[in-house]
Amino acid sequence: MASAENTTNTAIEVDKLTKRFGDFVAVDGVSFDVHDGEVFGLLGPNGAGKTTLIRMLTTLTLPSGGTAKVGGHDIIKDATAVRNTIGVIPQALTSDPELTARENMLFHAKIYGVDSHERDALINRLLALVDLEKFADVLVRNFSGGMRRRLEIARGLVHSPKILFLDEPTTGLDPVSRTNVWEMIHRLQDEHHLTILLTTHYMDEADRLCDRIAIVDHGKLAALDTPTRLKDSVPGTEVVEAEFSNAPADWLEQLKRLPAVIEVKDQNGVVHISSHDGPGLVGALMDVARQQKVTVHRVTVQGTTLDDVFLHYTGRQLRDEVGSGAKLDISHLYK
Amino acid sequence: MRFYRIYAIIERDMKKFFRSPALMVASMVLPLVQLVVLGYAFGGQIKNVHIALVDDDHGAEARQIRADLDAVAAGPKTFYVSEYSHLPDAMLDLRAGFVKAIVYIPPDLSQRVLRADRPRVAFIEDNTDNFAVSGVFERIQEIQTDLNGPEIAAIQPGETMPKGLATGERLPAAVSIQPVEVYPYIEYIKYLLAGSVSLSIFVVAMIGGGIVFIDDKARGLHEGYLATPIGKSDLILGLISAGALKGLMAGLTITFIGGLLAGIERIWDPVRLFYLIIVLSCTALAMISMMFLLMVRVNDPLVPRAIFGVLNTLLFFPSGAIYPTEGFPKWLRAISVVDPFTYAVHALKNLLLKNTGLPGIYSDIGILLLFSLLFTTLCVALFQRQL
Repeated sequence: MASAENTTNTAIEVDKLTKRFGDFVAVDGVSFDVHDGEVFGLLGPNGAGKTTLIRMLTTLTLPSGGTAKVGGHDIIKDATAVRNTIGVIPQALTSDPELTARENMLFHAKIYGVDSHERDALINRLLALVDLEKFADVLVRNFSGGMRRRLEIARGLVHSPKILFLDEPTTGLDPVSRTNVWEMIHRLQDEHHLTILLTTHYMDEADRLCDRIAIVDHGKLAALDTPTRLKDSVPGTEVVEAEFSNAPADWLEQLKRLPAVIEVKDQNGVVHISSHDGPGLVGALMDVARQQKVTVHRVTVQGTTLDDVFLHYTGRQLRDEVGSGAKLDISHLYK
Repeated sequence: MRFYRIYAIIERDMKKFFRSPALMVASMVLPLVQLVVLGYAFGGQIKNVHIALVDDDHGAEARQIRADLDAVAAGPKTFYVSEYSHLPDAMLDLRAGFVKAIVYIPPDLSQRVLRADRPRVAFIEDNTDNFAVSGVFERIQEIQTDLNGPEIAAIQPGETMPKGLATGERLPAAVSIQPVEVYPYIEYIKYLLAGSVSLSIFVVAMIGGGIVFIDDKARGLHEGYLATPIGKSDLILGLISAGALKGLMAGLTITFIGGLLAGIERIWDPVRLFYLIIVLSCTALAMISMMFLLMVRVNDPLVPRAIFGVLNTLLFFPSGAIYPTEGFPKWLRAISVVDPFTYAVHALKNLLLKNTGLPGIYSDIGILLLFSLLFTTLCVALFQRQL
């Protein structure tokens, strides 16, 4: 993973980018910069506006307001130059199932005008990069989801782009395929020094892959920093998660008075207590529960995660939102 | 068997049906369109057939025939008449398909009438279109009856009725109509072939330009190349050209197989083959571009499937493939004028049944190319480059 600290040039500049579908604001005045050579993650639940944001940056959707430059080119005034600079791997599997892997690659190479003398060697190299060289001449309809995703990543690199957009690259993949995709993204970053902007709603994915993460919620940017700094920004380095019954009315207030407690939040009956001393807090917690005759059903201690970061900045847990029908991306309804 | 399970399936399917307006409309519109189009497309009264008159006599009988022809053109409008000075010119236009029949009055008609020497008028017909020509021939026979009937003049007080009229005796010799068929007998399967070939191209257009295009869009395949630098016109021209090639292949296959089945003579004639390829290419271009235009803003995969039958009825039957356009009411003729099928069927009939060569097809080719240009331009203008 490249260090964001060492990169100063800007690959993507986003300035108050907005997208409205009727009265619904999918992206609400978002601004951020992506540095050259970094892996930048947009983290948020379904319906947060990540895909709409990435579609605007890849010229697939026109913004309602604001501006952005990708690779130094304006996404509205110079869309063709943007398209020549970027590689896009959309959320949907867009490789043609009726063609072989090689034929899919060849089609895109021709669309981008890749030199005919270089095409074959380039396609072989890219298919090897994504471990698909053995399946080059197999129809894509016979591929698994993970294989198709890897093919699409290879396809996105066929014109040697400087910036790669990956929209939820591992959604719907099994754990093994997800790990493969992660390793491939690391390899791409190391070997090609690409700038990568990816969207995800998986905490572990964002944590493992990204140099910097922007937390997106309800179309707005809630926080932006490196994963480490984001975790550090949450009060307390450890979180005690507990579930109680028979608790008195002032139970949360009593917990706040325990030693080393920084913050207490009740999230749907699960109490999250931020602290600098998790194990020490558990002892104190059990003592006070025994005194107050409160039943303790579960206690866990964990280091700060991106889930805590998300909870801290949005007041909600990301895992509650993932797959929630109420928060599905409904932008297509306004097309 | 459990009733609640059956009920669940019924309930689910009814919900889906009522939530698919395209399907609902199509299921109700298709039979109505078929009723109206097919009802008026078959067996209507033949009107406005273009025929030629060549009068090499200019005698009294010829003048009467011209007057009678003009009366039909002004009255029941079964045909309209263009006068030619020379029979060979009229024959050229008949063979090229510009006129459907020639009424030829030979130079000695009046003399033969006076000499009672079997006076005859020739009715030279394009027998590749029997429906239209039969309608015209019926009128010509009526004219013949009128011509050969007794003259009726006003009888003044004190005058006696002319002898001929009083006795029913015929005045000079009766003029007969001599039908002349230009082509050998045309079986109906040959007549249908042009329509079948056009239909094969339409089916390719409907599947390639309609169903597959919208399915690919719905599956997200378009998103894969919309993010590339490909331009709208590159994309549309690429899709239309590919569709036209597929249409040409289908059209050529049906032409050969159908031609052999129908017994078209000299189907391999290289000159005719060359013109056939041109007509089939222009037809495929016009139909594919029309289909892309119809589908350019459609996203629902149900729509092309739902309108397949409606489009087929609305475009195929008014084209003259089954019954001549001269038998249609005005509104159906208006559809046939803006229907690429009409020009494809006309050109293919001229090539397959009459082997007219370029004179019989150039106007159809021009119109099909104009359609293609118009539809493609509109497609490029309406295509949404963004999602």
